[in-house]
Amino acid sequence: MLVFGFWTTKICNTRNCFNKIVLIALFSLTFHCNGFASIVCPDLKKILTKFDSPSRWFMLGKKCKVPAGARERLKEAIAISEAMSEHAQKQAARYDLLLPEDAGFLEGDEDEDTNTISQADIADAVDITSGSKYFNLHLSQFGPYRLDYSRTGRNLLVGGKKGHVACIDWQTKDLKCEMNVMETVNDVKWLHTEAMFAVAQKRWLYIYDSKGVELHCVKKFNDVLRMQFLPYHFLLATASATGFLQYLDVSIGKEVAAICTKMGRLDVMAQNPHNAVIHLGHPNGTVSLWSPNQKESLVKMLCHRGAVRSLVGKDKIGDTALYMVTSGLDRKLKVYDIRAFKPLHSCFLPAGASCLSLSQRGLLSAATGEIVQVYQNVLGSNPVSKPYMAHRLRGQIWGLAYCPFEDVLGIGHGEGFTSMIVPGAGEPNFDALDTNPYRSHKQRQEWEVKALLEKVQPELIGLDPGQLSKVDQASFEQRHKEQVEALGFDPLAKDKFKPKTKKKGRSSAGAIEKRKRKVAHEDQRDEIRQSVQERTEREKELKEKSNEKKLGNKSTLDRFRK
Amino acid sequence: MAPDEEELSINEQAISASEDEEGSDDERKHKKLLEAIGSMGGRKRKKQNERSEASVQVSEYFVNAEGTGDKVNLSDLLGTVEKTSGASNKTKKQLRNLQSSKETLELPLNKQQTEKIQRGIAYEKTTAEVSCWKNIILQNQKAEQMVFPLNQESSGPKRVEQVVAGWKVQTPLEQEIFRLLHGSRQPVNDPVLTPVEEQSLKAMSLEEAKIRRAELQKARALQSYYEAKAKREKKIKSKKYHKVQNKAKRKDFLKQFDEMVKTNPEGALEELKKMELSRMEERMSLKHQNSGKWAKSKAIMAKYDDSARKAMQEQLQMNKDLTQKMVVPSDDEHESIEEGLETVPDFVNDPETVIDPVNPWMRGQLTHEEPEVSCVTAEEVQTAEEENEEEEIIGEFERKRKLRQADEEDLIPTEEEQPASEVVEEDVVEVSDKEEEDEDEEEDVSEFNTLFRLMRSEKTREGSNQTRGGLNTAGEEDEEGLLSEGQIRVRSIEDLEVLDEVVEPRAIEEPSAPQTAAAEATSEPPHKKKREINLKEVLTKEAKAVRLPFLPTVVDEEERDEQISIIKEAFAGDDVISDFIKDKSRQEAAGRPAVVDLTLPGWGEWGGVGLKPPRWKRKRFRIKTAPPPPRQDQKLPDVIISEKRTASVASHQVSQLPFPFQNTAQFESSIRTPIGSTWNTQTVVKNMTKPKVVTKLGAIIEPMVKEDFIKSKTTAAGGKGAAIMLGENRRAKEGTKRSAEKHRGRRSQKRKK
Repeated sequence: MLVFGFWTTKICNTRNCFNKIVLIALFSLTFHCNGFASIVCPDLKKILTKFDSPSRWFMLGKKCKVPAGARERLKEAIAISEAMSEHAQKQAARYDLLLPEDAGFLEGDEDEDTNTISQADIADAVDITSGSKYFNLHLSQFGPYRLDYSRTGRNLLVGGKKGHVACIDWQTKDLKCEMNVMETVNDVKWLHTEAMFAVAQKRWLYIYDSKGVELHCVKKFNDVLRMQFLPYHFLLATASATGFLQYLDVSIGKEVAAICTKMGRLDVMAQNPHNAVIHLGHPNGTVSLWSPNQKESLVKMLCHRGAVRSLVGKDKIGDTALYMVTSGLDRKLKVYDIRAFKPLHSCFLPAGASCLSLSQRGLLSAATGEIVQVYQNVLGSNPVSKPYMAHRLRGQIWGLAYCPFEDVLGIGHGEGFTSMIVPGAGEPNFDALDTNPYRSHKQRQEWEVKALLEKVQPELIGLDPGQLSKVDQASFEQRHKEQVEALGFDPLAKDKFKPKTKKKGRSSAGAIEKRKRKVAHEDQRDEIRQSVQERTEREKELKEKSNEKKLGNKSTLDRFRK
Repeated sequence: MAPDEEELSINEQAISASEDEEGSDDERKHKKLLEAIGSMGGRKRKKQNERSEASVQVSEYFVNAEGTGDKVNLSDLLGTVEKTSGASNKTKKQLRNLQSSKETLELPLNKQQTEKIQRGIAYEKTTAEVSCWKNIILQNQKAEQMVFPLNQESSGPKRVEQVVAGWKVQTPLEQEIFRLLHGSRQPVNDPVLTPVEEQSLKAMSLEEAKIRRAELQKARALQSYYEAKAKREKKIKSKKYHKVQNKAKRKDFLKQFDEMVKTNPEGALEELKKMELSRMEERMSLKHQNSGKWAKSKAIMAKYDDSARKAMQEQLQMNKDLTQKMVVPSDDEHESIEEGLETVPDFVNDPETVIDPVNPWMRGQLTHEEPEVSCVTAEEVQTAEEENEEEEIIGEFERKRKLRQADEEDLIPTEEEQPASEVVEEDVVEVSDKEEEDEDEEEDVSEFNTLFRLMRSEKTREGSNQTRGGLNTAGEEDEEGLLSEGQIRVRSIEDLEVLDEVVEPRAIEEPSAPQTAAAEATSEPPHKKKREINLKEVLTKEAKAVRLPFLPTVVDEEERDEQISIIKEAFAGDDVISDFIKDKSRQEAAGRPAVVDLTLPGWGEWGGVGLKPPRWKRKRFRIKTAPPPPRQDQKLPDVIISEKRTASVASHQVSQLPFPFQNTAQFESSIRTPIGSTWNTQTVVKNMTKPKVVTKLGAIIEPMVKEDFIKSKTTAAGGKGAAIMLGENRRAKEGTKRSAEKHRGRRSQKRKK
């Protein structure tokens, strides 16, 4: 049960819209057919991040303080870099104006629950174009369907268990190709463009073009059950029934890594779009994190008591938290902060979720039996209470995916495919130079060349995506040691304090010693001072908290209450 | 040729000697003749210098040696100076002094020394000359970007002032216009006020100043009146007067307030806040509590003195008045909102009607495992009489604690939150057979749980332990609530009914019963628990009755079988935890450095089977390496983080600290901002990646001349004045620039040649 969180690392969404109450009248939904900003000024749209206000700028790393006795050159270098980064941040904040689109959510009447509103009602109430986004494809013959949307959200790829594969421009309902591979289809996935897709068939992995012509049969990749495509690395990661996790570089057609996980059948897979780490769910309730550079798992965490059924990763850089949502056989749904590897909250779904999917705006959809539930505000710290929307289908749900930049949730099930309208799901502002839903053929070609030029090497995949901007400590230390040995002194060492010679008997040994002591361990002193202050503050807080706890939220003034 | 000339000169000399006496006419003629001859020869003759020596006979060709014998003394010369009237006294005096001094001049220094001195002076001069380049060189080194050739005319749009300044009157029409403009004293260069306007402005300001002054005077007078009045009133000692005054004031205020409520609700609110504040202050202080010195004395007197009693009564009344709570109109709204929250429905996660006796997890109710516990009680709690119940609760707790202790002795302590343990406590009979099988497993589990609890709750306990002392009972109850939670765990409606009585009081006392794993509960901040309470309020019993478009599917027979198998699988996963613990401990052990044993048995002692090397030897030859830094997952019991270093990135990383940086943190922070266009706006990217040196295509880059930077300095200094003294300044500067350009142009021409 693989879920795919379509979310680019490039557009970072800091706007915490989940907590905003967007008051809109019932059925007055906002649908985001917005090419506006990008059409007007496509290159202006390229920004690092969107900001709510200048105070919430996306601070990149820590600001460096100029040390007290720094050289002139060092001071200048630091000052220049600081000024530059500040300038960059400010500019990015100013460009936030160019992202005018905002998402709205469904709101019921006072006594009405949004989850009781049926799809047909929504489709009737909204405009024709938006209404046409709710549709069903009755494909009962070739049994439960997996699906995948292309990165721009225009094209839909469906693959039936019994071999039926079709790709559709779902907005115009234009069938691009349709075929039956005459084999079991385990998973389907678009590659970097709409021109190619991968199909995991019974034995091998096949790659077809958009016309349905078989391009490759990759026999190195056998018994593939689930696939993930890492768009910025051009890597197709596959998880097989034999327990192998393999990476295929689709730009050069080479197998980058093949890792034997020794964890048995791998049928739960997701990617962390923040750092391109692959998450695998296992029958023993653990979730393991993998990169192609390490033969053993980066992290292994025990998430469920039963087997992990589905997984989904999501990044939300503005709040400096990355999330993973898991559901297991113990019928729990857990939300993890994947930076701290700590669970944020968990809840119990009576039917248990077999499929999960996260939208760009953070709506979580879970397939419980024949019902798809959509939850709002899942990625906050407070647990979910009730679904935001729900939709019943016929037949087992096999695949769930949100369409990028659209308020649409695609559902693949036993009876075919259903496109469901979920207001507020899609990111209304898109990066036209990265994923432009309205791009022309020529633009796509240009983008492909640029993307290939900017391809990220697989060696850079790791838990910390900012690893590259750090000094390689181990070799740095080694080199420094050698340098010290060769020179006979430490060039980076701080100069020893030499007291000035003073006249009139003030340079006596005792006086000098006193002066020396004044400046001794100055750097350490600062640290100690800071840590002591922090500790006292922490203690104070704890004390207050415990006091509150004991008194049960009573203030000191409560004793005077009459 | 030389002998010829000599001959000629001798002849001429002879001639001149003879003819000198005859007259100058002949001489001139002779000269002319000679010149004519010389010109005829075609060769230029050597020009003779004029002679200035004083002699009787002046020759054209050589210095007369006549009178060389007698030297000319200074005194000879000075004699004439003394006589001449034109020379100043000062010079005369100086000359006299010179005459009188007998000192001889010093010997000139020898060559080496003079050269040394000259070198020194030359060095100083050149250093001074070169050092004026120092600044500009430093500046250029620092500069983020250098544009060559220097001193380029900016190609972009110019400022209006620049354009205007450079422009000259050409056509007669323009001339006429300018004449008119100058005639009317209009500003030509800069749009500042005309003199006329300035004058009028000045006049205006005076008037204004007068008005202002008058106003100020008036205000001051009023203030002084008011102050005097206040002083007078303050001096009045009559209490009655003040009372009346205060009462009037209060009445007035109330009236105002009533009005304010209608007209200015915000202001009224503020006033209300003020009142609230005063109420708070009153409640904090002991001012009207009859506990002061005065009050005590009065209390003694009160028995006999009626007025004292009255005064005391008044004080109390005052206190009552002040501490009376304001009625806030928004209260009922609040309640209605709360009610609304309570009735918010929850539908899909309602429990399935089928209850699987085998599976405790199947009885999971709503999104949260526990909210039902309180949700049922939520309404009842409100209706119940709290005071009576509190005692009951305490009794209940005592009983439960005892029960719990007994249970713990009997059973193996299991996880608080895990369903398996809940089963054990709810209906022991059902699971008892199973338990026997899984006993050792459960030991592991319990071990794990204790581990969890210990690790995750360490911090919170530390805090709470410190302050426990005084409020011991409350703390105990809290803990007890957490521990005994399993007992009253409710899984289904039936259970609820049975446990109704038990649940009811519990919910009051212990609202924050975390239903997720203990580990999660303890790791979460305490304020989170409060939110859970809200959640419980949301998930009321009423919620279940909400009409739904559809209910969750009822489990079929086949599916049921499937589910049973799944459950079995899930239960088999119980040793998942122990497996995980084992895995983790294995990893930890692998990370620990091994002790290197270099002892050689039999060296320096008796050897043989069964003999151990002595202690000193073991101590000496067993080498322990330093323990590695603490593992990243040290405090995360359910996570294993690999400690292996990934070498793949290392080849792309910087391994040497570049020059000005002293430590890695500085360098890392300096490169933390990405410069790519993916992360930045276009302008920023351009700015960040601009080249260090820019040259104009085809332009000759001359070496820097001194005038370049000196001039730039002067312009920089005069930059401020430019806006005001626009015309002249600019023109002057341009003149210099033009001349410099000419200069350069000439040089470049030369080079071309």
